[in-house]
Amino acid sequence: MYNQDFFFQALIYLLAAVVSVPLAKKLGMVSVLGYLLAGIIIGPFVLGLVGNEAGEVMHFAEFGVVLMLFVIGLELEPSLLWKMRRSIFGLGGLQVLFTALLIAAVALIFNFQVNRAIGIGLILALSSTAIVLQTLTEKGLLKNVAGRSAFSVLLFQDIMVVPIFALIPLLASFNTNLSIAETEVEEISFVGSLPGWAQLLFIIGALTFIILIGRFVSKYIFRFIAETNLHEIFTAMALLLVIGIALGMDAVGLSPALGTFLAGVVLADSEYRHELETTIDPFKGLLLGLFFISVGASINFYLFVEDPVTIIGFVLTLVVLKFIVLLMLGRFFRLRKGYEFLFAFLLAQSSEFSFVLISFSKQSQLFDEQTSGLLLLIVTLSMAVSPLLLLFNDKAVSPILAKWQNRLDYDTVEESENPIIIAGFGRFGLVVGRMLLANNFNVTIIDNNPANVEVLRKFGFKLYYGDVTRPQVLEKAGVENARLLILSMAEYDNALKIAQFVRKKYPHIKILARAKDIFHAFEFFKLGVKTVQREVFNSGLELGSKALENLGFTRYEAYRSSRIFKHHEDEIFSELYDHWKAGETHFIQEARRFSEQMSETLQAEKDYSIHDADCAWDVESIREEAEGKVNSENKG
Amino acid sequence: MNKILILFAHPAFHKSRINMVLVDAVKNLEGVTFHDLYENYPDFFIDIQKEQQLLLGHDIIVWQHPFYWYSAPALHKEWMDLVLEHGFAYGIHGRSLEGKKVLSVISTGGRMDVYSIEGRNRYTINQFLVPYRQSVNLCRMEYLPPFVVHGSHTIEKQEIEQYGKKYRHAIELLRDNKLNNVDLENAEYLNDIID
Repeated sequence: MYNQDFFFQALIYLLAAVVSVPLAKKLGMVSVLGYLLAGIIIGPFVLGLVGNEAGEVMHFAEFGVVLMLFVIGLELEPSLLWKMRRSIFGLGGLQVLFTALLIAAVALIFNFQVNRAIGIGLILALSSTAIVLQTLTEKGLLKNVAGRSAFSVLLFQDIMVVPIFALIPLLASFNTNLSIAETEVEEISFVGSLPGWAQLLFIIGALTFIILIGRFVSKYIFRFIAETNLHEIFTAMALLLVIGIALGMDAVGLSPALGTFLAGVVLADSEYRHELETTIDPFKGLLLGLFFISVGASINFYLFVEDPVTIIGFVLTLVVLKFIVLLMLGRFFRLRKGYEFLFAFLLAQSSEFSFVLISFSKQSQLFDEQTSGLLLLIVTLSMAVSPLLLLFNDKAVSPILAKWQNRLDYDTVEESENPIIIAGFGRFGLVVGRMLLANNFNVTIIDNNPANVEVLRKFGFKLYYGDVTRPQVLEKAGVENARLLILSMAEYDNALKIAQFVRKKYPHIKILARAKDIFHAFEFFKLGVKTVQREVFNSGLELGSKALENLGFTRYEAYRSSRIFKHHEDEIFSELYDHWKAGETHFIQEARRFSEQMSETLQAEKDYSIHDADCAWDVESIREEAEGKVNSENKG
Repeated sequence: MNKILILFAHPAFHKSRINMVLVDAVKNLEGVTFHDLYENYPDFFIDIQKEQQLLLGHDIIVWQHPFYWYSAPALHKEWMDLVLEHGFAYGIHGRSLEGKKVLSVISTGGRMDVYSIEGRNRYTINQFLVPYRQSVNLCRMEYLPPFVVHGSHTIEKQEIEQYGKKYRHAIELLRDNKLNNVDLENAEYLNDIID
């Protein structure tokens, strides 16, 4: 009976996820919104398929949050943190500080207690990593200045989740409203019964234990397990590790999330990091999905129906406050030319972490039912409007800014009759551009990094600042009459989009493109762009040839080998392309992309033997003929 | 009708005066395959199998190039080294090219009188061409008298045009087998027996 019930619940949750997440994706929403939507639909407000047990499910699904913090820890590279310290701690820190203060102030106006106001401020100050990162990836903005700044802020917020977790029970302890009788009597753990100094000792001991195990012991354990070559045992080990730490932390009275986060950080530079990440990822994803569904199911829409004006007012206040703080900070941290707007619009919603923190606050008795219901609703709605904000930025704000911007830029860019347009002037484009200039060709460069634009202009390059993916920018640069369009940008997906646009609208223009890897090159091929250069292939080839030199090949022999290999690669390339085209619907996950490429190329390599191009320089056959005492004619 | 393969080698084709006209005169003729070596193999990486297939598909091979240091540009020599493989072009089993004809089409800076025993270059064109003649012979092919354009630095535009026409005519005659074998054997230059 119980089983049936369990499977029925599982059926509903899974069905809801499988139906609504892909649907949400199709509509251009991120998966978090899809899960929320699924929850809302199966929840009491719409279909009523799930009811009270949603709370229990949420409790279980919170383990997804623990896993998420473990993965965040794994992804934190100390070196990256150090490199981006200014924007992470400066920009991120100030964002959280100011936003939290402002929101707390608003909460105070609405008669919330100080401790609750602080809690609300901190929780709502966070922005949605899921929404923003997905948007950045989809729009190819990860390497752009606004994108990088947004990333820094998100990183800081991710780190902040841990102290906020720790802070919530502390804030809750200042509650004056709740009578002691109302609070659940907490189970007193073994550690909890010890005196204060012993508890502290236990906590320090537990943390040290995690660090020591992670640093010095885990390596051997993982190696031992990896050597068994049983993938499921590795999975079991990874889960065991996380669950063990979570329980251990619980026992000493610390948050499980904090413990696993710490374990993640400790393991971040172990050689099993990626393996751990990919192993934990599906569990994390599913459990978080479950978590968001149960959040969706528990959102109280009656609140909204009762007083829509107030709710909308709250959502607007939240978004506007966040936007203003972000815009000011963006300016202060030298984001210019519309990037400060993009940055502010990107981060103006609240976060999926907010759900976690709100439900945790409810458990810790910081918020009552009413407050948490209200907050959940506000967070959900703020996330829902976030795609609209970006749309608004794209369609209304940035064209106006661009018009204003390009007026400034115009006097420095002379129109040329048949320009050669280079889109993207980073490490790659620079080489291409310099070579063309050295051969006396005038090039029009479009780049979206304002820092680059200013420096290069100083050296007399003809530069145009702008976002190439926008047709207006391309048109202003004279794409219509261009002789060549060179796509040398590192935003690979954008490059494809431009290629597609230009092929369609200006089919006569020759496009030359930089490709990330073989699959990216195939995509270009499919669009009819035939001149595609894989960005690292030739460098790899040259280093390979130098390796041969160091192994005793003569320099020419090594060079020849590299040419033969390149030729051979060309054959493989076209073979793989046909293969790829035939089975194009193959779903290749980004993470598996490289290993896929490797196995396919290596397989094709096996089928094609390298033809020895230099047979004629090999006198073996002539010697054989001469030794055969045949009256042979000789070459020289 | 003979099929003719023109193997053209000129590292600075865009700067040439003579070869530009000569090439234009013949490259679109029926039965002629024009194959620009420097254009196809800028990195000197010759596709040997493809080249050998091309040779097998034609009856007359034309080696057209400027006469650098009394010889051909480097890529042409690379082509000979690699494509004319032992066992394919020569050796007891190397009979793939047997019976084909080879014509050298060369342009020289010096005028004809310079290429004589009394002249500055001390040898005739045909003496300089001995390595080619013997290579062709080793491959059991027949070496035709060369088509030569002399004085490439000083020659007038009009005269170049005439050379072009003559070259075109020569290729047509070879293609259609209209040249007398005795004439061919006795001629110093191919130019001499074309009207």
